[in-house]
Amino acid sequence: MSTKARPLFDPEIVKPAIIASFKKLNPVHIWKNPVMFVTEVGAAVTTLDLFFTKSHSFVLQITIWLWFTVVFANFAEAMAEGRGKAQADTLRKSRTKSVGRKIMPDDSIQTVPAESFRKGDLFIVEANELIVADGEIIEGAASVNESAITGESAPVIREAGGDRSAVTGGTTVLSDMIKVRVTANPGESFMDRMIGLIEGAKRLKTPNEIALSILLSALTIIFIVVCITLKPFSKYAGPDVNAAVTISVLVSLLVCLIPTTIGGLLSAIGIAGIDRMVQHNVLAMSGKAVEAAGDVDVLLLDKTGTITLGNREAAEFIPAPGVSSEELADAAQLSSLADETPEGRSVVILAKKKYGIRGREIHEMPHAEFVPFTAQTRMSGLNFNGDVYRKGAADSVRKFVASGGAAFPAEIDQAVDKISRAGGTPLVVATAKKALGVIYLKDIVKGGLPDRFQRFRAMGIKTVMITGDNPLTAAAIAKEAGVDDFLAQATPEDKLALLRREQAAGHLVAMTGDGTNDAPALAQADVGVAMNTGTQAAKEAGNMVDLDSNPTKLIEVVEIGKQLLMTRGALTTFSIANDVAKYFAIIPAMLVGAFPQIAPLNIMKLGTPNSAILSAVIFNAVIIILLIPLALRGVKFRPAPAVEILRRNLLVYGLGGIIAPFPGIKLIDLIVHNLLHVA
Amino acid sequence: MTASGWIQLALYIGVLLLITKPLGAYLVRVLDPQRGGGTFLDPVLGWFERICYRILRVDPRQEQNWKGYAVAMLIFSLVSMLLTYGILRLQTHLPLNPQQMANVPDALAFNTAASFTTNTNWQSYGGESTMSYFSQMVALAVHNYFSAAVGIAIAAALIRGIARDRSGTVGNFWVDLVRVHLYLLLPICILFALFLVSQGIIQNFKPYTTFATVDQSAAVSTTQPAQQIIAQGPVASQIAIKMLGTNGGGFYNANAAHPFENPTPLSNFIQMLSIFAIPSSLTYYLGRMVKSQAHGWAVWAAMFAMFLAGVLVCWGAETSGNPRLKELGVDPATTAMEGKEVRFGVFNSALFATITTDASCGAVNSMHDSFTPLGGLVPLFNIQTGEVIFGGVGAGMYGMLIFVVLAIFIAGLMVGRTPEYLGKKIEGYDVKCAVLAILAPSLCILALTAWSSITDWGLAGLNNSGPHGFSELLYAFTSGAGNNGSAFAGLTCTPTSGDRHYNIALAFDMLFGRFFMIIPLMALAGHLAAKKVVPQSAGSFPVGGATFAVLLVGTVVIVGALTFLPAIALGPVVEHFIMHGGTQTF
Repeated sequence: MSTKARPLFDPEIVKPAIIASFKKLNPVHIWKNPVMFVTEVGAAVTTLDLFFTKSHSFVLQITIWLWFTVVFANFAEAMAEGRGKAQADTLRKSRTKSVGRKIMPDDSIQTVPAESFRKGDLFIVEANELIVADGEIIEGAASVNESAITGESAPVIREAGGDRSAVTGGTTVLSDMIKVRVTANPGESFMDRMIGLIEGAKRLKTPNEIALSILLSALTIIFIVVCITLKPFSKYAGPDVNAAVTISVLVSLLVCLIPTTIGGLLSAIGIAGIDRMVQHNVLAMSGKAVEAAGDVDVLLLDKTGTITLGNREAAEFIPAPGVSSEELADAAQLSSLADETPEGRSVVILAKKKYGIRGREIHEMPHAEFVPFTAQTRMSGLNFNGDVYRKGAADSVRKFVASGGAAFPAEIDQAVDKISRAGGTPLVVATAKKALGVIYLKDIVKGGLPDRFQRFRAMGIKTVMITGDNPLTAAAIAKEAGVDDFLAQATPEDKLALLRREQAAGHLVAMTGDGTNDAPALAQADVGVAMNTGTQAAKEAGNMVDLDSNPTKLIEVVEIGKQLLMTRGALTTFSIANDVAKYFAIIPAMLVGAFPQIAPLNIMKLGTPNSAILSAVIFNAVIIILLIPLALRGVKFRPAPAVEILRRNLLVYGLGGIIAPFPGIKLIDLIVHNLLHVA
Repeated sequence: MTASGWIQLALYIGVLLLITKPLGAYLVRVLDPQRGGGTFLDPVLGWFERICYRILRVDPRQEQNWKGYAVAMLIFSLVSMLLTYGILRLQTHLPLNPQQMANVPDALAFNTAASFTTNTNWQSYGGESTMSYFSQMVALAVHNYFSAAVGIAIAAALIRGIARDRSGTVGNFWVDLVRVHLYLLLPICILFALFLVSQGIIQNFKPYTTFATVDQSAAVSTTQPAQQIIAQGPVASQIAIKMLGTNGGGFYNANAAHPFENPTPLSNFIQMLSIFAIPSSLTYYLGRMVKSQAHGWAVWAAMFAMFLAGVLVCWGAETSGNPRLKELGVDPATTAMEGKEVRFGVFNSALFATITTDASCGAVNSMHDSFTPLGGLVPLFNIQTGEVIFGGVGAGMYGMLIFVVLAIFIAGLMVGRTPEYLGKKIEGYDVKCAVLAILAPSLCILALTAWSSITDWGLAGLNNSGPHGFSELLYAFTSGAGNNGSAFAGLTCTPTSGDRHYNIALAFDMLFGRFFMIIPLMALAGHLAAKKVVPQSAGSFPVGGATFAVLLVGTVVIVGALTFLPAIALGPVVEHFIMHGGTQTF
């Protein structure tokens, strides 16, 4: 289901986006974006001015570029929407590849695509086939693996009649055959609704976007008044100035001063944020959820699967006194040959890696008798060549050894204690004659996590590990993983209580969950990422779904949220800082005709007043196009303390925003003035 | 740029720094006695404070929400403004009028009442030729206290809003008002007035005295009168609060250039210091209240950086003077001495002009109108920043805090979180309040300047034409909305024709600039107070340190002041280039 990042300007997206950017000129659409609406009105005014002005060529060029400013902003939005839509289509395609066997009205059976099933249709499904739609069994009984929905791997029995007749789309039949009547149309499922959101069609402005829009509108109002009052000011200043300050010049100044850059890119940034989540196979329910991810400062992480790999691994062999390490390793391996659990396999591997003891194959040992683990003995092992090898919990092995009359050295007890304290699981290895030593099984923290948690700590994000383990074990793993805190012997209720406590203290909390009993906490969390394999209840309660069901991804989710906010802030700062240079381009141009002495103020040495104004307007339009990649990809993100991030971004986007337009406008002026000969 | 100038500047900055912390800590005791533990005067004057509450029928333990606080402030301002208007209109019937000053005309009285209520102290009149001693003391000096206390109270309310966690209230206006008067303004002003008297400022109720002029050799004319009338009055008591309260309304028309208002270099120094004393200390108060002294000092540093830049530009411009006069052979050191007191010279005039316009004081010891175009641009630009470079007492602090909110909102996203000010999320409502508070004065200035620049009444008031005349207009409305009160002299607001336009336009300018800023700001205070504080961490937006100070300066300059760049270009900037590159001066 992976959706790879596509090239930024994929022709498949660019072409419809170009068409859309002209369609979006409709004032009814633009009205929602005050900055671009004012720009469009300005473009309309200069268009009208064409009929009255004497400097047609100048006004025409200004007019064209003002319209382009609006079109470019529309293009940015259309690009983001197009990419979102492409992502959604990819997701949809991958969902609809499955097929089902439909029972046609004439009782024949045809294999048809899953999405063609409608309410009331009948289909049959047998072992190892996917149930293609939600439905009700009308004939037969089957064991069904519902782990995709419930997270429970144990199969359940579903049968016709009674209250166990419902089956869910996406689950798999493990045995037998059933006939099912479809109860839900395609496109109405939960996942379908989520995919709809990505397309951006029903996107609502997030609270932060609304606040930013207020600021941008206020700046627009100020600059409208600045430009309107400039007319009486220039009338006061005399006929020369008054003649230079034409309506088209004022509109040019206005459009250059209002924050068109961020105004034009704002919605593209928001859509791109959701889009980036999708690229990581995370579906966000809303833009608000993505923003909240950036604000999160407490992460509740389940230990198993998130912080540690699901299984424990053998890490060390601790021999009893008088036993060599090799001897212990050999016995440990023999006792584990038949043990197909991941732990058992890890013992074989450790023996091989550390002591070069080749893993023996079962077929090489015809006389071997394997002793499986049972709840009674709590040991497993191997009888081979008259020898007996066993491994198991300390108590069980002690009994086993005692029954053979052999000793159980105190050193083994000490080792067992030590391992338990360190959060590991001790397995004692013994033969019938003596206890040989201890295998240290430990939780394996996923690679790179301690480093990542360290960086999160630097960003002020606290990580809390949630585990059902006892406090001793939990503490040890927490220390190894480098989390800030842990909650041991946690029940779902404890988890919810912890979450509420953190929120009451003012924190914003993110968590992952999959089971139905996680649902209340997922709903309460500021960012609740449900695993796609989880129950429907969990998915409904959270505000994001991870299609890969990888809880560690919570970390990426937070990073994407932060990146979205940073991008928005960076472009806002850049946009506002740009004004300084534009003033220096336009104001001398307006006044130099009447007051030739102010020529030194034209610090960019722009060609003529007209070329200066035109260059500023062109810069203002082109910068939107140039920044589309940044808006869609997001600014570079590296976890660091806020002070550092602020300093760097202020330098790049604040100071850069002040400086960049000077060479930019100068360059455009060189082209416009010298190559195109704009007088 | 003389060595003595540098030394005095260093001395000024050093002393200002020295008083900031102790006075700031004292402000905590005055404004938030439950935290600061009350002042040393509380035991002495507590009985009087309680009487005040009994008269006002106020329960000092009962705090107000932002609406209650704002309404109380508005009622107090309205009533005291009407009182002033009444006194000015009826001064012939009131005592202490030895010069038998006439009743003040309606438009002028309205303008003056609005002016003193808003802490502007714009004066469309000459004090010694218009006001009786009773009017000066009861109608005007009293307002110097009132408006200063109101400003401090509003700043305290906003800071409480920032500091508090999920609180419904922002303090009690009446308590703040009484305590600021009783424990801050009155005690300092009593000592300050005594000091000023020691320097030679007068304090009497005598009729004006007439003396024969010293040089009787020339023929008597308007420029060589045979005798001079020396105005008297209770000056010292008014000057103390005029400076400390950043009011700036002079007892005399010449303001702090008058020897009776500012007699010695020491009085000049201490007056300049007293302008910045409370605004500077409020940054320390801010730090204490929000438990982040680093934030307080960062705000101080941002203010200071802009102040220093202003002083250096102004001083430099005035030192280099007028090139046209140099060509005529005038001693370069004195080409910019027009409109300056010889006693103070270039440096102390430039420093005073910068300080008085950084703070919304408006007292002047030289005529800003006579400054070189760039030198005059500094005071104008200072006011156009929104009076946040230390600013008026309280007003500078709350104005700067609006910019703090905006700066955090604009740049705060760049740290990857919803903007957050000391743990409080800055949301749509807060942004709305902040931009309204900034919009009101800016729009007022631009609209009224535009109106006056193309109407007959507007042009009739001008003494100068061209860009300099434009600067005068722009300065007047900037000074009004910024509640500064200083003037680019040369604008006649109370013409003999009786035209009321300027006085009424300026009165509304001042009222808008003050109250249309305070009301959204109080809403912001209330909204912030109610918010939950998000615990601070390494991921929180840093509001201390150099980075933040730089950000704050950038926001003030780019968002606040650049709005006026086109207007400035048509005034001082054009004038500057014409003076240097052309042949004309204005």
